[in-house]
Amino acid sequence: MSTETVAARPVVDSAKIKTWLPKYGVYAAIVLLVVYNIFFTPYFATWSNLRIQLIQVAPIVIVALGMALVIGTEGIDLSVGSVMALAAAFIPLYLGYGVIAAVLVALLAGVAVGLINGILVAKVGLQPIVATLALFVGGRGLAVVISEGKLVDIRNQDFLYLGSGDLLGIPVLVWVAAVLVLVVGFVIRRTVFGRRLLAIGGNRPAAELAGLPVKRVLITVYVVCAVLASIAGLLSVARIQSSDASSVGLLIELSAITAVVVGGTPLTGGKVRVLGTVAGALLMQLVIATMIKHNLQPSTTEMVQAVIILVAVYVARERKTR
Amino acid sequence: MALLEVNDVSKIFPGVRALDQVSFTLQPGEVHALVGENGAGKSTLIKVLTGVYQPDGGELRYQDQPARFGTPMDAQQAGISTIYQEVNLVPLMSVAQNLFLGREPRTRLGLIDRKRMDREAREILTGYGVTADVRRRLGTLALGAQQMVALARAVMIDAKVVIMDEPTSSLEPREVQTLFGVIRDLHARGIGIVYVSHRLDELYQICDAVTILRDGKLVHTGKLADLERIKLVSLMLGRDMAEVRREGATAFSGTATGDTEAAPVLRVSELNSRHKLHDVSFDVRPGEVVGLGGLLGAGRSETIKAIGGAYHLDSGDIQVDGQDLKKPTPVRAVEFGIAVQPEDRKAEGIVPGLSVRENIALAVLPRVSRFGFVSDGKVDEIVDRYIERLRIKASSPDQAVGDLSGGNQQKVLLARLLATDPKVLLLDEPTRGIDVGAKAEVQSLIDELAAEGLGVVLVSSDAEELVEGSDRVVVLRDGVVVGTLTGADVTTEDLMATIATEAHP
Repeated sequence: MSTETVAARPVVDSAKIKTWLPKYGVYAAIVLLVVYNIFFTPYFATWSNLRIQLIQVAPIVIVALGMALVIGTEGIDLSVGSVMALAAAFIPLYLGYGVIAAVLVALLAGVAVGLINGILVAKVGLQPIVATLALFVGGRGLAVVISEGKLVDIRNQDFLYLGSGDLLGIPVLVWVAAVLVLVVGFVIRRTVFGRRLLAIGGNRPAAELAGLPVKRVLITVYVVCAVLASIAGLLSVARIQSSDASSVGLLIELSAITAVVVGGTPLTGGKVRVLGTVAGALLMQLVIATMIKHNLQPSTTEMVQAVIILVAVYVARERKTR
Repeated sequence: MALLEVNDVSKIFPGVRALDQVSFTLQPGEVHALVGENGAGKSTLIKVLTGVYQPDGGELRYQDQPARFGTPMDAQQAGISTIYQEVNLVPLMSVAQNLFLGREPRTRLGLIDRKRMDREAREILTGYGVTADVRRRLGTLALGAQQMVALARAVMIDAKVVIMDEPTSSLEPREVQTLFGVIRDLHARGIGIVYVSHRLDELYQICDAVTILRDGKLVHTGKLADLERIKLVSLMLGRDMAEVRREGATAFSGTATGDTEAAPVLRVSELNSRHKLHDVSFDVRPGEVVGLGGLLGAGRSETIKAIGGAYHLDSGDIQVDGQDLKKPTPVRAVEFGIAVQPEDRKAEGIVPGLSVRENIALAVLPRVSRFGFVSDGKVDEIVDRYIERLRIKASSPDQAVGDLSGGNQQKVLLARLLATDPKVLLLDEPTRGIDVGAKAEVQSLIDELAAEGLGVVLVSSDAEELVEGSDRVVVLRDGVVVGTLTGADVTTEDLMATIATEAHP
């Protein structure tokens, strides 16, 4: 903030802005961007455009939900993209046994990865960034081996319905994401698991001394995160109608972390903003879409994204003196 | 000529006078003990001496010149070195590399002369009783040896003053003797040593002078040989009579509540933990408050944490209501009815970002929920009950605990413990850092809880609080039970006398 703006509008209390901005800044930014687009971007305010944006953002939202939970425990999960690739690799192998079998196998792959991550973090005591780095690298490698490095077209109509079908005029993909948002929000607010998760992220030694099952909660968090990632993986396969383990979910861990951070969840743990995370994902999606529609270079888009991340982190930083 | 002089130095933090016009003088070749309980201002004083903090008043004189150390680096370059409890060297580098870090001998080509470095390191370290291969990585050495390397390094950098912060806390008895040998050697070379420790035997063995701090003020400085042990202890622990008169003593009723006939609710036998606890045994009957007395580092907090399953035990038995608590973990301890209030409220007690409500309900979530879903009604019942009973002052139950005053934070923590319906309450410094009013409330609460039949174990550095609050006091020194005060013997005088008795040879 420059001194000029303060001088020009003495009515605005700067302390209020400081508490307001990290909480609602992301929503304000979305509103601004939408208003801008309505006036300056042709064909922005159309149903088909909105559909495309929502379909594109849905997998990111789903992965970001899991990431937000992990970050709430003061952790991070780099392996989400690899989990998506693993899920993608298993789908064509098991679709022969039916859609349900294929989906279950994909989810089980998520459970397995989550268990490994969780045990490495909670029981072995590795730092989350290192523990999940192992499967970030190894998981995708394994996925490519399983799929023999081939891109497989998917033609099972029941399965493709998940990626391209509609329910009450809204894409199934978006329904799934919306339901998961509600479920995760409910879990955080209302369940024993959610409350324990926040306490562990807020002060782990205190949680341990209070007799909380810290290790079990941590392992569960990583399993939930990986299962959400595998849901995102199978939905992505259903949407692009092919399975390619080497490209599904590539770099999604960065988009997810960005959404969580921009949404106002602190990396220091103890707090999870579910709606903020959704808004963070939407904002980044809108920024990219806007830049593309105005024919800006992808490199420019990336730099703008970087600026948004920096602003979000700067705004949300804890004041050091208390 | 004094080597280092501290004249009327003050250091003020928001709300606290950490140092209030403290003065002391260090002579060359003197080993000067710096003692005081937690919060007495020792660490602050050391930080002022080493340039970590700037004093808010008073002056430092070093070698008869006014001195000002802006950064720890300034102090080090001037010749003031500090050896901390945790060694701050590079564990992955070799012993010799650590010793010469930044001042490595060079060959003519400007490369590091490894052979010479290793040879010189070997020679130097032999003088410190370290015989390990100097090419080994430092991290693979025993902690005592690492500390010697740190000391050797400090002395090599032309140190004139060496500050040692509890240097023996992790050493074996044999290593302690080696350290003392080195200290005597430094003493002979005219190096001044500031020695911080709570082990009285050590102080009397090695130190010439002593400075005692209490609540940020200087209470005594002079020759150690002229000061009796009992006097030293009472200076460290005692409160000014004026202060007692002003604040009144404590809010404890002073009547014994324990039923001496009843079976103990907590029985602890022969707890052992390497270096820290040696055969600690005692028991607590329902309705009884048992104090754990002793100086800092005597093993009081370790005992409490060990019973609560949060501190490693090599051996020992813990029984609650006659049932064995095998392999204690915090989860199992809570199940058995043990509630621990840790010493460090902020680091290990409250979850500052969560609300009063969440903090109170934290340990009993399964009991207030069905199928994993928390019932707001049941939570409110518990939360309201304890907010009222403990008179917790918060703007609403949804206020973040981090925003409350220290006293209210402590009450929230106690509410969490009580909500678990414990049989035994272990309280480590329950009134530290809270205001006088809250202190009295917490003290009378402890009385009340004992009267209701809980077994209470109380640790307090405030001798009056300990003596007035406890029906019995078990005195620890260096992890050993050295005495138990009962009945009419539960007085500050007896407590201090027991602490001050000399250790068995």
